[in-house]
Amino acid sequence: MNERLNDTIAPVLSLRGIRKAFDGIVAVEEFSLDLDRGEIVALVGDNGAGKSTIVKIISGVHTPNGGTLHLDGKTVDFADASSARRKGIEVVYQDLALANQQTVYMNLFLGREITHRPFGLLDRRRMMTETRKLLEDLDIRIPSTRSTIRNLSGGQRQGVAIARATRWAQKLVLLDEPTAALGVAETSKVENIVKSLKDRDLAVLIVSHNLDQVFRLSDRICVLRRGKQVGIRPTGETEKNEIVSMITGLA
Amino acid sequence: MARISLRSNTNDGSELTQIRSFLTKLDVQKYVVYLGFLAIFLFFAATLHDDGFLSTRNLSNIVLQTAPATIMAIGLVFALSAGEIDISFGSIVAVSALVAAMVMRGQPALFGILAGLGAGIAIGALNGVFVAFLGLPSFLVTLATLGLFAGVARSLTNLQSVPVLNDFFTEFFGSGSVAGIPSLVIWTLAAVIAGHLVFRETRFGAHVIATGDNPNAAQVSGIRVPRIRFLVLTISGACAGLAGLLYAGRLQAAKYTLGESDLMTVIAAVIVGGTALTGGRGSIVGACVGSLLMGMLNNGLILMGLSVSGQMIARGLIILFAVAVSLREFNR
Repeated sequence: MNERLNDTIAPVLSLRGIRKAFDGIVAVEEFSLDLDRGEIVALVGDNGAGKSTIVKIISGVHTPNGGTLHLDGKTVDFADASSARRKGIEVVYQDLALANQQTVYMNLFLGREITHRPFGLLDRRRMMTETRKLLEDLDIRIPSTRSTIRNLSGGQRQGVAIARATRWAQKLVLLDEPTAALGVAETSKVENIVKSLKDRDLAVLIVSHNLDQVFRLSDRICVLRRGKQVGIRPTGETEKNEIVSMITGLA
Repeated sequence: MARISLRSNTNDGSELTQIRSFLTKLDVQKYVVYLGFLAIFLFFAATLHDDGFLSTRNLSNIVLQTAPATIMAIGLVFALSAGEIDISFGSIVAVSALVAAMVMRGQPALFGILAGLGAGIAIGALNGVFVAFLGLPSFLVTLATLGLFAGVARSLTNLQSVPVLNDFFTEFFGSGSVAGIPSLVIWTLAAVIAGHLVFRETRFGAHVIATGDNPNAAQVSGIRVPRIRFLVLTISGACAGLAGLLYAGRLQAAKYTLGESDLMTVIAAVIVGGTALTGGRGSIVGACVGSLLMGMLNNGLILMGLSVSGQMIARGLIILFAVAVSLREFNR
């Protein structure tokens, strides 16, 4: 539901001085970033800059060695992916994490199926109705909520994955290269879906290699280089050349 | 209502799309077991008419003889759908039947039933521990326990068969009937209905299929994948235990050979019934029909007068063909 009523000043998610090392090799150092509701922030950086480490820390897969995470102003500790999910953070993974032989509606409710009260049997009708409504709201077009995932196009699958994240996220949707495998038309379709998440009052963090896309979608751009955050720029006040030189470190 | 078209403009060949999506939905593979069942039934009905294939006695014999295999098949559907396999069920059948029979030499039937079922559940759980919590491949684990418990079954009674003289037990699991319906049929029906409901209509069933389809997706969706793997192998063991009791009840005796020859039949029944060897898809009802198909095949080949070696060759070829048809769609 819409939680704007709370109107807290604190950002939805705040990372403070995050540090993560693997076997002594520092992947991320002194990383800080605030994410607000209704805002799309892009995380950019070269390969190995530490983007996926950040994603995994926010989604609870990795535990940072230093620094703190705050969710709505409260310090949190994500033990694993499920605890991050329980706290309202949903991730759209690069490999989508869909069960390809199952239907669209069962994927939307994967692990969180709705059941009838008395006997605990699956309430397929309600899951289908909710799925249909959500897909209509997000303008995601698929033949049927009962279609099997593997019969859908790449864009449709990505649509389903984003719809699922939207359905369950109360605070933040994390997108890891959401259009890396898609064609031009499908990319623009997915970009429109991502934009519409702002209206749902969610914070969105998108990791992308595609700078054109980053400029089309984001409100702010956060640049990582060699594990360090080298700057955050409001998208309207910067240009590609600046971001590129921040990414590469060449002025 | 089943299918919604979310296309805004309906004149850009969406009818064609709808027809195509209808055809994909109606995948032949799903119905192959029913068509195959019908085809083989009609074939035997026509060719073996004079040999008594269609007699009530013969048909009911087929159903009674397949009862244990059908129960084993139900357990295997759970294991395969979750992306695991259990090939140890044959040995579990023998151990369960022997344990039940031995307990009933001095104890009432209830203790025999509990001990037999308990043995099945315990061996299934042992498989489950190795697979789910030690991360070993289920094929190798159950291959090992297949041999291990075949040995245990032989050593329990020194290869001797144990008679079951408990009347309650032999009626409950074998010769008895309720309202004219043989108890073996009731057990089979109950197991199929319960299995189908759990598999298709509960969250557990959905999690089993999701685990077999994409374990990573299941894991990140909050499904406890190791727990599912443990439980499906335990269920398979429990089903094998029940099958052992049915054998002991019907034959009024237990022997180490029980279940020994069911491995190929049961796997074939399950695959032909529409369960994917690779996980993520399964059907309890399909496995039941597949099991009946195998029983009918067995029966028909005997009535045709084939020698044992001829039967084995014919059965092997038919299973090969059926499995090829069943899996064809999967590699599309």
